[in-house]
Amino acid sequence: MAKLTFSIGGIHPADSKLARDCKIETLPLPPKVYVSMFQHLGAMAKPIVAVGDSVKAGQIIAEPGGFISAYVHSPVSGKVTAIGPRKDLAGFNQMHVEIEVQGDEWADGIDLSPDLVTAIPEDKQFILDRIKMCGVVGLGGATFPTHVKLNPPPGKTAECLILNGAECEPFLTSDYRILLERTDEIVVGAAIMQKVLGGCPCVIGIEENKPGAIAAVKASVARLAYPGIRVETLKKRYPQGGEKQLIDAVMHRQVRSGGLPIDVGAVVQNVATSLAVYEAVQKNKPLVTNTLTVTGDVIDPARQHNYLFRIGMPLSYIAEYAGGIPEGTVKIVSGGPMMGKAIANMDAATVKGSSSILYLGDATKRHAATPCISCGRCADACPMGLEPFLLKRLYSAGDVAALEQNAAQDCIECGCCQYSCPAYVPLLDNIRMAKAQVMGVIRARNAKK
Amino acid sequence: MTNTIIWTVAILTVLGLVLSLILFWVARKFRVEEDPRIDEIEKTLPGANCGGCGFAGCRAFADAAVKAGNLDSNYCPVGGNEVMKKVADILGCTVKESAPMVAVVRCNGTCEARPKTNVYQGEMSCKVKAALYGGDTLCIFGCLGCGDCVNACAFGALSMDPATGLPVVDESKCTACGKCAAACPKRIIELRPKGPRGMREYVSCINKDKGPSARKACASACIGCGLCEKTCTHGAVTVADNVAYIDPAKCKLCRECEAVCPTGAIHGVNFPKPLDKDAVKKRIADRKAKAAEAAKAAAAAQEVKKEESNG
Repeated sequence: MAKLTFSIGGIHPADSKLARDCKIETLPLPPKVYVSMFQHLGAMAKPIVAVGDSVKAGQIIAEPGGFISAYVHSPVSGKVTAIGPRKDLAGFNQMHVEIEVQGDEWADGIDLSPDLVTAIPEDKQFILDRIKMCGVVGLGGATFPTHVKLNPPPGKTAECLILNGAECEPFLTSDYRILLERTDEIVVGAAIMQKVLGGCPCVIGIEENKPGAIAAVKASVARLAYPGIRVETLKKRYPQGGEKQLIDAVMHRQVRSGGLPIDVGAVVQNVATSLAVYEAVQKNKPLVTNTLTVTGDVIDPARQHNYLFRIGMPLSYIAEYAGGIPEGTVKIVSGGPMMGKAIANMDAATVKGSSSILYLGDATKRHAATPCISCGRCADACPMGLEPFLLKRLYSAGDVAALEQNAAQDCIECGCCQYSCPAYVPLLDNIRMAKAQVMGVIRARNAKK
Repeated sequence: MTNTIIWTVAILTVLGLVLSLILFWVARKFRVEEDPRIDEIEKTLPGANCGGCGFAGCRAFADAAVKAGNLDSNYCPVGGNEVMKKVADILGCTVKESAPMVAVVRCNGTCEARPKTNVYQGEMSCKVKAALYGGDTLCIFGCLGCGDCVNACAFGALSMDPATGLPVVDESKCTACGKCAAACPKRIIELRPKGPRGMREYVSCINKDKGPSARKACASACIGCGLCEKTCTHGAVTVADNVAYIDPAKCKLCRECEAVCPTGAIHGVNFPKPLDKDAVKKRIADRKAKAAEAAKAAAAAQEVKKEESNG
């Protein structure tokens, strides 16, 4: 069968999935966890516990701060010892709840057994409420609250649910491991989301470099026999896992500039989100655990790991458990090497969306930029059809109107332009600023209306 | 041959005359009345077109001033009082004298005081760096050192000191146009009055973190201990959000705050003599002792009075 892919741009970095054969291990609990109140897109969550309170694992400790926001739960049982600002991985102060771990006692009503529950609840509202109350957010990177995404605005219907198992970022293997080890749960999760969206068909898209996962999911889909779920093999190409790229590949539709996937009838969810949805709806288990890869090109194969972590564990604790920071590390990244963020503070706590600790060596060091030779490789590589060299020039000139005309706001920050630039021009650094500027102008205009 | 030349000259002369008449008539008919004072004021202004006044350039400034008829919302920071007086003379109005200002860098996190915790490799622009992360030291308020302020200065008054990694203001060139203050994403640069003979006192830090974490990030950070606020007898120092601020309007340049500051975050510049910390501290101690004695005496007097009234 033909492998699906998106129509323009894209690059082919080496996939470097070094930790692909490492089974998911469960991390032991640290003495203290630091739960960030800002683990999702939208408004900051408001803590509802006080210093000195005893909490159980899975207990709500913060309420959503707005419509687009999410509940935050305690990942451990213990005592709240502090509530206040703490530095996140970028070094900025964020509100954190500090909990001293005592035992491992879970809140009532949470089913921790490994039994698979295949019967899906009939009531749509019940499912949505469960997802909301369990604080599920999109785990593909953007951490957008899932209950909002699964509840399309009136007048718009979902025609296709796309489950994103592309994991197109090099190095990352956490999605691959859960596709292998928790296949059935992910498929049930997909069926639950199908139900919420009114029974639309579901496509599970997996990149061709994960044949094991494709076979496992296909077998599981056949065995569980939910109607309308099929598996598609995607071509290995970056950024195949981008929301708009995936819609293009699977449905052959393009989302217009400034539009949402639901405008073309698509809802895209990550496979890890599907697992979280399964746990929330079938087991009433809040999103307090996720899978994370410890890998990199400077770390020897025996020390690569995939871990099941509790949110709030400090990155330094996980790194220590995995054997410390390896020699030759030049850069530590949280997330993939293309879109991830360099970690400025290893004491930062993990959040719902944490997907990796990536140790990169000398090869990833940035080169000094030389003048642009207008070769156009960045424009060829851009999967959104933008002209990065032009956007950079317009940003330097401060021409916001022209930036908007040239759709700087459509940039998905995938980094293909910078990756393909032979002059090592920091294109994305500039375009990100340009995008923020244009978005500000658009928001101000909309507010006036 | 001669005929041709004569005809050519004649036709061109007539053509020239007719066209000049038309031009004369057009110039008369469509003449735009413009206040001559605009030109005059523009000539008086420095002509740097820096935008420090808030207008697009010197001409726009002159235009606005003439239209308004007064100088309430116009002030040229580059020309200063001298130029503004001339402008006021042209307009026939008065101008409020304003103290000459200068840009002040409120960060003294030098390379030694503020150790780097990571290496930044992105675009060398403070704006980009500030949007990406907290910076390459533990202080998220301090100077990022990419030199956006230096690039913004049209007068060449700013330069980066490679030894400290901080920008340095050349006071003789600074016109206080405010471009650098606007370019700094961390809002470190402040325009402050130059002070008498250039002497001024300011807190060279804007770290709003609590004391211990500010101290951990930078040895010369303001830790918000409040010693300066307690010492100041003029009410010029206030501590808010864990950082001190000296109000230049109230500061009497006694340098007591500078002497008591445990981290050296308070800077005094252009003073004729270097600060003798011990002498100033002694002065403060003497004053306090005297005040305590006076209080004691007053209390005793009160006591005596009470006893007298009782008795």
